[in-house]
Amino acid sequence: MEDILKVAMPKGRIYKQAAKLFHKAGLPIPEDLEEGRRLIIPVPEARMEFILAKPVDVPTYVEYGVADIGVVGKDVLMEENRNVYELLDLGIARCRMSVIGLPDWKPVINPRVATKYPNVASQYFREQGQQVEVIKLNGSIELAPLIGLADRIVDMVETGQTLKENGLVEQEEIFQITSRLIANRVSYRMKNDSIQRLCDMLQAVLPVAGKI
Amino acid sequence: MSKPKVFEKPVGVKDYLPEAVTKLRNIEFRVLACMERWGYTQIITPTLEYYDTVGVASSTEDKKLFKLLDRKGNTLVLRSEMTAPIARVASSLLREYAFPLRLSYHSNVFRAIEEEAGRDSEFFQTGVELIGDASSEADAEVVALAIASLQAAGVGTFKIALGHVGFLNGLFQETLEGRLGDQQTLKEHLLNRDYVGYREAIQALALPEEVERELIGVLRLRGGDEICAQARMVSQHPIAQDAIRHLCEVWDVLKAYGVSEHVVIDLTMIGDFSYYTGMTFEGYAAELGFPVCSGGRYDNLLSQFGRPAPATGFALKTNRILEVIGKETVDQPARVLIAYDAEHREEALKRAIGTRESGSAAVITQLVTDKAAWTEALHKRDDGQYELQGAVYKEIINLIR
Repeated sequence: MEDILKVAMPKGRIYKQAAKLFHKAGLPIPEDLEEGRRLIIPVPEARMEFILAKPVDVPTYVEYGVADIGVVGKDVLMEENRNVYELLDLGIARCRMSVIGLPDWKPVINPRVATKYPNVASQYFREQGQQVEVIKLNGSIELAPLIGLADRIVDMVETGQTLKENGLVEQEEIFQITSRLIANRVSYRMKNDSIQRLCDMLQAVLPVAGKI
Repeated sequence: MSKPKVFEKPVGVKDYLPEAVTKLRNIEFRVLACMERWGYTQIITPTLEYYDTVGVASSTEDKKLFKLLDRKGNTLVLRSEMTAPIARVASSLLREYAFPLRLSYHSNVFRAIEEEAGRDSEFFQTGVELIGDASSEADAEVVALAIASLQAAGVGTFKIALGHVGFLNGLFQETLEGRLGDQQTLKEHLLNRDYVGYREAIQALALPEEVERELIGVLRLRGGDEICAQARMVSQHPIAQDAIRHLCEVWDVLKAYGVSEHVVIDLTMIGDFSYYTGMTFEGYAAELGFPVCSGGRYDNLLSQFGRPAPATGFALKTNRILEVIGKETVDQPARVLIAYDAEHREEALKRAIGTRESGSAAVITQLVTDKAAWTEALHKRDDGQYELQGAVYKEIINLIR
């Protein structure tokens, strides 16, 4: 018998959607945890243990093997560039990474880009053949062009409502984002049966596009 | 960066204290002894090599090499692995020695790696190279020896995943004939372990449904020898067929060794395509997030040093193994303390020589000037040993009158 599967789940926005999906697949994970303060939730009947983590830390837990698998957004995966298996596109928490600016934006000599995703932004502009100065911010990225800290920003766009309210426009889409199921390199081999079983259960309830 | 504080050392390097060193040496000693019993003899190569020879030939990415300049301005590297240096020796100093060569090593190697805990810039590798034998028997010998070495090191639960670069090479050449860019994209997705990206890339290629299903189905080719039979049906390309035949032979030999229970075949596991030319494998231990050994066949390396020959080998990541079995306690050598005053110095030193000659015990002698304070500081423990200023002794010889 294989050991208990440790699953790193992102707290916040993605959690509810992921929990719903796990439920649909027949995995008895509590759907409402946000009020509780517990960070480790054992689900012995499914031989699983859920670890609640800050989304950006999920790939780190999985890479180091303290969690066998995890659920995380593609945005975090692209930014963190961790050495993990990306097994499944869960198709939830859909949004996009975009370049955003003021409507009257014009190219400047020394462009500055503010973002929570410095690696994603640097790589993207390099591929476009542009050298930009990247400024890392931790929140309220939309402020940067409004107050003149940067002339553009790179950020996640879900509905575009925040942008509209702040008078900003989406210039280019960099990539589409959905949540992914990731696995540790060793766990994927040592606990392959349980991980494959979980994958199959999740795949069975996913829209056709993500299926093998 | 500000000037380093006196306790700091460069990022990625480590100190090992006596207890850890004892464990590390135990692992190293047991593994090298095991390799010796399999007919492998140990060699030592220098820490520094030329960038243009060993540096360029090694499988390590250029940006991960530590580079420095010698007095004449030649670029040197700190060795990043042992396979390329051994290929150099096999092609030069050992040129007159007939193949096959069986060589082992234990060595520190260096990689310039991002600043992050858990990724060492200097670490230990214990491994073997079997040079001059292209057979599947040779590949199986190396895998079986890796298993024996892990057992010798004391790793209880582990698995070896076995793959072959030829299978995907053949399959991609067959299904995506002439489309080198697309083949490369798919390989990169697999190399980055990005199965989602792999599936998306295949769907974007707009291939016939059957081919698409076949390529995506590859992600499930994992398991025992039944996988060989399945894989044979997947691609008729001669390169893929050869690869599978070779892998089945390796599996049969491993079965004859009686170790196939530790091995799974995984055709999605691919090493660096530009370096490995045949079978590749990786070893995993329970309770550790990183692989503990890796290896494979590299038939193109030796020709870069002027003595073309097939070769296969593996390296154990000795300090990862230390993490797996490091929780076990080890017995430190028992020590005897000889306490004496000035008048008994000669007698004390004589007794010390006698104790040392008797073998196992390490001896500490201590000149005592304040007898009362010394007696006060000495504690006899419940287990019959003695404790003095934090150190433990199995016996006290008291020559103080």
